[in-house]
Amino acid sequence: MPILTREEAQALLKKVLAYSKADQCEVSIYGSDNGNIRYARNAVSTSGGNTFSQMAVASAYGKRQGIATINEYDDASLEKVVRRSEELAKLAPENPEFMPYLGPQQYGPSGTGFVQETAAIDPKKRTDMVAASLDISRRNDLIAAGFLENTTAYSAMMNSNGLFAYNNSTGGKFNVTLRTQDGTGSGYVSKGFTDVSKLDVSAATTIAAKKAAGSKSAKALEPGKYTVILEPAAAAVLVEQIFFNMDARSADEGRSFLSKPGGKTKVGEKLVDDRVTIYSDPWNPELPTSPYNGDGRPQEKITWIDKGVIQNVYNTRYWAEKQKVKSVPSPDGAIMIGGTKSLEELIKSTEKGILVTRLWYIREVDPQTLLFTGLTRDGTFYIENGEIKYPIKNFRFNESPIIMLNNLEEMGISERTVSGESGIELLLPPMKIRDFTFTSLSDAV
Amino acid sequence: MKRRDFLHLTGMGIGAGLLSQIPLIGKAIPLETPWYSVDVAKKKEMADIALNAARSKGATYTDVRIGRYLNQYVITREDKVENVVNTESYGIGIRVLANGCWGFSSTDNLTRDGIAQAAALAVAIAKENSRIMTTPVELAPQKGYGEVSWKAPIQRNAFDVPLKEKADLLLSVNDAAIKGGANYVGSYLFVVNEQKYFASSDGSYIDQDIHRIWPTFRITKIDAATGKFETRAALSAPRGMGYEYLMPDESEKIHGVTTLYRNRYDMLEDARQGAAQVQQKMKAKSVEPGKYDLVLDPSHLWLTIHESVGHPTELDRVLGYEANFAGTSFLTLDKWESKKFNFGSPIVNIKADKKQPGSLGAVGYDDEGVGTQEWDLIKDGTLVNYQAIRDQAHIIGLDHSQGCCYSQSWKDVQFQRMPNVSLQPGKQKLTPAEIIKNVEKGIFIVGDGSFSIDQQRYNFQFGGQMFYEIKNGQIVGMLKDVAYQSNTQEFWNSCKAIADQRDYRLGGSFFDGKGQPEQVSAVSHGSATARFNGVNVINTARKI
Repeated sequence: MPILTREEAQALLKKVLAYSKADQCEVSIYGSDNGNIRYARNAVSTSGGNTFSQMAVASAYGKRQGIATINEYDDASLEKVVRRSEELAKLAPENPEFMPYLGPQQYGPSGTGFVQETAAIDPKKRTDMVAASLDISRRNDLIAAGFLENTTAYSAMMNSNGLFAYNNSTGGKFNVTLRTQDGTGSGYVSKGFTDVSKLDVSAATTIAAKKAAGSKSAKALEPGKYTVILEPAAAAVLVEQIFFNMDARSADEGRSFLSKPGGKTKVGEKLVDDRVTIYSDPWNPELPTSPYNGDGRPQEKITWIDKGVIQNVYNTRYWAEKQKVKSVPSPDGAIMIGGTKSLEELIKSTEKGILVTRLWYIREVDPQTLLFTGLTRDGTFYIENGEIKYPIKNFRFNESPIIMLNNLEEMGISERTVSGESGIELLLPPMKIRDFTFTSLSDAV
Repeated sequence: MKRRDFLHLTGMGIGAGLLSQIPLIGKAIPLETPWYSVDVAKKKEMADIALNAARSKGATYTDVRIGRYLNQYVITREDKVENVVNTESYGIGIRVLANGCWGFSSTDNLTRDGIAQAAALAVAIAKENSRIMTTPVELAPQKGYGEVSWKAPIQRNAFDVPLKEKADLLLSVNDAAIKGGANYVGSYLFVVNEQKYFASSDGSYIDQDIHRIWPTFRITKIDAATGKFETRAALSAPRGMGYEYLMPDESEKIHGVTTLYRNRYDMLEDARQGAAQVQQKMKAKSVEPGKYDLVLDPSHLWLTIHESVGHPTELDRVLGYEANFAGTSFLTLDKWESKKFNFGSPIVNIKADKKQPGSLGAVGYDDEGVGTQEWDLIKDGTLVNYQAIRDQAHIIGLDHSQGCCYSQSWKDVQFQRMPNVSLQPGKQKLTPAEIIKNVEKGIFIVGDGSFSIDQQRYNFQFGGQMFYEIKNGQIVGMLKDVAYQSNTQEFWNSCKAIADQRDYRLGGSFFDGKGQPEQVSAVSHGSATARFNGVNVINTARKI
């Protein structure tokens, strides 16, 4: 099925609700057009196109709920999916935590993340963009492996209590790794976009090319505590871990980094450097996200960490009601307020330190302290007296993003970046951090 | 291996809120719908439409995968069934060669026109992409098998087991854990059925029925006074089996400091023991960092094998196809060509296979229609082979594919994925108890925990579920804050003892991630308990 407009989605969902016989019914739909191209060894490898949509119908009798989904949209199929969800609800055990569906909600503007030029990308355009990236790789005698994808999507939901929500968006990702012919140097760059005209594939590939050539013949430094400058892509994979663990219920139940003895939490306490402020804003022009959450709650501009103090945590509607606190949905993106310096200026002001392009294979070691391990990758350099002196071998680290944001020295200008682990996008500054803990050396390039 | 999807689904990583709008792929079906499959004749008809349409547009080779993928997830916490999800996903994926270049397109519009349009788009993409191709794709020869089928040898289809029976089991597991002193417990059951039909212009029409199951739980204990908490995860393994895996059998148990399981799992017993062990973990001594001899149980060692042997022997990594995401490999072609690259000690023999009954990787044919096989990767400590598919076989001088091609759904293009990769048991009679008896200063590790390895698979760090301190041949108590760091070649060369066949067990991953867009696959790794000398152990305790 093609991408639906607000009116088309509204008409379709209304039709579905008309079939409902349950106490309550809620229907949502998501659809996307996706195209991607993958390349390696300086040539295209695999690529494809996919059109996909899915409708989910939830029916509830009392505290029993059933969910069924379908991807066929003729009248008979629509009625069938409603009946299936009703049958399921009757079979399901009663869930004491079930919450009645929301009534009508006020949402902020939708569609702010939709750009026609991105929606119009076709296989030829993708091939042309990748050809430009390959050209830089070949001219620099490097070997490229990369990925470009674009998606046009919409989502809508409606329920028998009067709620209706709709959003449409475009987006895409481009990332490339360039390696030297002898395999001793590697450089990486990753970009996310809503508007494809803001993506400069050649400029991005050129940065990766410089890092690849510059990282040849790396020297080994002793593991230990170092001042590091984390580029936004490197910082993203650690900062996002704070968000993944900001659930109110876990904190209240005593099993989160935000828990304190005796059932108390650290919400309202200062946990990191007072220059750290992180918020989310669905209408930020650099990183637009959906005006509503998957359960229909409106998304708002909300501050999570204010000058180092944990200001808000997110919850489910059930938990908010039980704890008698404000209902706060989890965000779709996060924005950290940065400084005014460029990455180059951060390097210039560093007496001794390490520049990190990318962190990789991040895994939790201890949920209590939010300790994570992982490795540097694709461009790690030693800085002395304000200059990059030489490439260094990769390190394994064991570090907590909470400790890291306490050891903040300086921040640069925030920019849009993509987590190489989760694919989530954030606006983050490059950060200079003291005493970052590297625990062993890696031979990997 | 990818944990994100699993954590998100179960709410175990409750904070995965940023992912809240990522749709679950697949449409739900009623819980009690009898299990059924699509008629083979109907699938052949759809496949022929695709094969003919692609050929008429100029494809020189075409393969078609028609997939019906069923999943059931039962998710509980304490005394509640939190969620029951049944999904069904049905559609067609068409891969072609045109102008010597790959193209792919997939659709869930299974009308004659929908299939023909998808085939035409795949050819158009291939022709467009051939502009930036350097060398035409060279496929290893593969004879057509005609019309054949393969079914996983399960005893009880988990989709036929009433939902109530599954929910009752999980709730009784939770009850046992809470009665045993746990503060919180979540238990989960994942059931998968892949009904896959493959057809190619080589003349194969292959119908397969594949089953997987994974029961698991996580128990949490909190010390209210200090605010400290510990968790203990299940010691089950995801398996290529039916519901029979959940039927306890005394002959499949290994009793020791904790009960370990071969081909049948006693979830209730594991929960009871887990509840006691999570309390021992709270009181355990924080490890003194340094060198230890490690004795690794198969419930732990599978993950080390997966990361340090399975991934670096993937030929697509070796060649650079994963350089931008999953990484490359330190096992470069020159090391293999030398025929003497010392991967591990002489007792280290590691095989790849896609056939082992009850394993996650077992199928009759892979996703490009190649019959499955078994072969050596590491022989007497030396690297002897990789894992290859049809368009790579010629690069390592093979005249056939090793049958390692897989796609997670009809929706995604197939590519090289890991077969089962397993450490062969020791040839001499040896039990885990006899291995421990000879260790002076060591740690016996049970269950998998934190895991991380670099992009060329040299440097790794692993945690675990339980760490038992060994002093002068005796287990003297439990340790905590343990993780070991090593280098792949050094680690496998430090392997000095492997228990015999009687101790051989399978572990595995339901969610191994690779590729862009990322796809998951399920894979098993077998081993017996093994000893590794002088491995570096770090202490992971911190304060925030």
